[in-house]
Amino acid sequence: MNAAPLPPLEEMDPALTEEIGQCLDQWKDKEGNLIMMLHEIQDRHGFVPREASLLLAEATGVPMARIYEVLTFYHYFKLVPPGKHNVTVCNGTACYLKGAGRLLAELETRLGIRDGDTTEDRLFHLETVRCIGCCGMAPAMVVDHKTLGKLSPTDMAGILEGIRKREAENDQ
Amino acid sequence: MMMPKTIEATINGMPVRVSAGTSILEAAREVNVRIPTLCKHDDLLPTAACGLCIVKVGGSRRMPRACATELEEGMQIVTHDPELTDVRRSTLELILSNHPNGCLTCGRNLNCELQTLAGDFGIRQDCIPRYVREQEPDNSTGSIILEFTKCIKCGRCVQVCQQMQNVWALSFLQRGIHTRMAPAGDIGLGESPCIRCGQCSAHCPTGAIVENDETVTVWEALRDPEKYCTVQIAPSVRVALGEAFGYPPGTDLTGKIYAAMRRLGFKAVFDTNFAADLTIMEEASEFVERFVNGKGDLPLITSCCPAWVDYMEKRFSDFIPNFSTAKSPQQMLGVLAKTYFAEKQGIDPAKIYQVSVMPCTAKKYELERTEEMYASGYKDVDVALTTRELARMIKQSGLDFRGLPPARSDSILGTYSGAGLIFGSTGGVMEAALRTAYFKVTGRNLEKEAINIEPVRGLKGIKSAAIDIEGTEVRVAVAHGLGNVERLLLEVRRAREAGSPPPYHFIEVMACPGGCIGGGGQPYGVSDELRRQRIQGLLDGDRGMPLRFSHENPEIRTVYNEFLGEPLSEKAHRLLHAHYKARPAYQK
Repeated sequence: MNAAPLPPLEEMDPALTEEIGQCLDQWKDKEGNLIMMLHEIQDRHGFVPREASLLLAEATGVPMARIYEVLTFYHYFKLVPPGKHNVTVCNGTACYLKGAGRLLAELETRLGIRDGDTTEDRLFHLETVRCIGCCGMAPAMVVDHKTLGKLSPTDMAGILEGIRKREAENDQ
Repeated sequence: MMMPKTIEATINGMPVRVSAGTSILEAAREVNVRIPTLCKHDDLLPTAACGLCIVKVGGSRRMPRACATELEEGMQIVTHDPELTDVRRSTLELILSNHPNGCLTCGRNLNCELQTLAGDFGIRQDCIPRYVREQEPDNSTGSIILEFTKCIKCGRCVQVCQQMQNVWALSFLQRGIHTRMAPAGDIGLGESPCIRCGQCSAHCPTGAIVENDETVTVWEALRDPEKYCTVQIAPSVRVALGEAFGYPPGTDLTGKIYAAMRRLGFKAVFDTNFAADLTIMEEASEFVERFVNGKGDLPLITSCCPAWVDYMEKRFSDFIPNFSTAKSPQQMLGVLAKTYFAEKQGIDPAKIYQVSVMPCTAKKYELERTEEMYASGYKDVDVALTTRELARMIKQSGLDFRGLPPARSDSILGTYSGAGLIFGSTGGVMEAALRTAYFKVTGRNLEKEAINIEPVRGLKGIKSAAIDIEGTEVRVAVAHGLGNVERLLLEVRRAREAGSPPPYHFIEVMACPGGCIGGGGQPYGVSDELRRQRIQGLLDGDRGMPLRFSHENPEIRTVYNEFLGEPLSEKAHRLLHAHYKARPAYQK
């Protein structure tokens, strides 16, 4: 029960209302439009804000319950803002056998979050996927679009620290 | 009319003839065979989710699901053989492997479809290592509790909430092993569009959705010497409670229930039927004010169903001016117990502890709906129990319910008319109101043969009728099961927007199919057949009563003479009426 109270529809961000309006104008007569509109919202925000779903439900008459059934069915859709750096652990068969679970456990401990969550400072988002097609490098993971392979849990600290260090340098 | 095509086939070698479109599951009942299922319910469309109802067709190796497969001409169906039983047992074992092993402390212990099947199949050990995803229960509604870990993903509650009730509070989120039934997003059910009708709990095959059991609270009150505990019983409770004690559905057990209440320790036993008569006095007067004297909007819409009130406030708040301000019988009785009764008996109202027994989970919510529910200066009704909870209390008390000699209710707030009795059925409030409205307009009672207002009876989703009151036509409509309400309201809204006269003058709505007799707090196993039997129990009771008009109830006359004055008087307004406001469907 961690969602924040929502403002009434009429008090929502006008820019968001405007955006949903445009989205609807573009897609309202097309088949399968719900998913396309959700895609568009996610493309703009990096996730689908709850406010956007509520406005979309109001505008289309599609109940929130159905919108969330779609949003949570597809792994692609995100309901929370993504972290700045994406850490994706491959959990395909090869990686699984080679100890992907230990990598994930190490990352969860170090980041203090679970698979699928984002750190409070929004620096890291941690997720697993079924297979990234690099079975020869198992166990593998993808950090910010870069594939790393033949990993062991002891590598995790260095990878995370590297990112934190770069961030600190950029801040200065 | 075209005759439906007949299908001839065999089931387990026995010939069957059914009309085209009948599923194998239903056809098997014709030859007294019951195919096990955990997802298909008589009220709902098949979803083929649980996989238990598999059968064999001819020599095929496939095992189609009987719920979702229509019987076809010449089919040779086998419903039971060792192989089918084996597959079903494996399926059950798989379901059990994702289900906690906590039957003894479950709200559905001894009344669970999964437990029953596990018993029937003789499952004596856990064959598959158990994996149950931990998740805290959700009691944010205070009416019904979601016990996520006990969910077997049959989908009944979701179908009930979305299709049957058109509420869309519950949804199936995520997929695979992570699938769960929950409101959209990480919010509590109490923050969702849920109206607490409890139909999900009435259809759940397991203990994944149960009423918020408050029997312990009531026991504590009964044992508190400082408290003067009183109780009221809703119309539909008396024709359903018996099912928990082996009586056929529809058996009217009013006298035995009164007796049990006294033995449980209640000092005064009231009847919600009395307050139903009072609601009719206020509501029928309100109708006449609007219809004859033009004071207020038409149609007048009934408001004694708290789930419906919640739905209207969330979804159709433009109908607030149409809503009857008369409180529900539960609340009217509560306020009179702590004012009129207290005064008359010389009891400090602060000591009165008022319990209601309702067929309904939403009645728990109604108790604190607005400040008007404290019109006596105290909480008018302290706790609302469901019929299921009362059955549990009677069993805990060790009473031999079947052997109890009938007792009587208290003589104030206890006498009722047949009109008050039929409140518990779809169309009953309308029928009771029309009987009294007719009297108020004409000064005469309906003729004996016209007292039964047949067009508003029965289980059709929307019923409408034109009733003649001395040459004036009163157009009425009755809807039950919230899935049927939207169409009716849209029709009224269109007429209003077009500036044309309303299609109806008076509308009755009950959230649950069949009305309160099919309420979310009633004994399990609801079906249309059961609803008909319970309704018949109420109608038989009404027909057998000398008193069939709310306005002729002598106690109603007394309470107006001694206490309230006239219907719609200032005092009646202060104590017996309530108001409504638009509410957001999602609080988060």
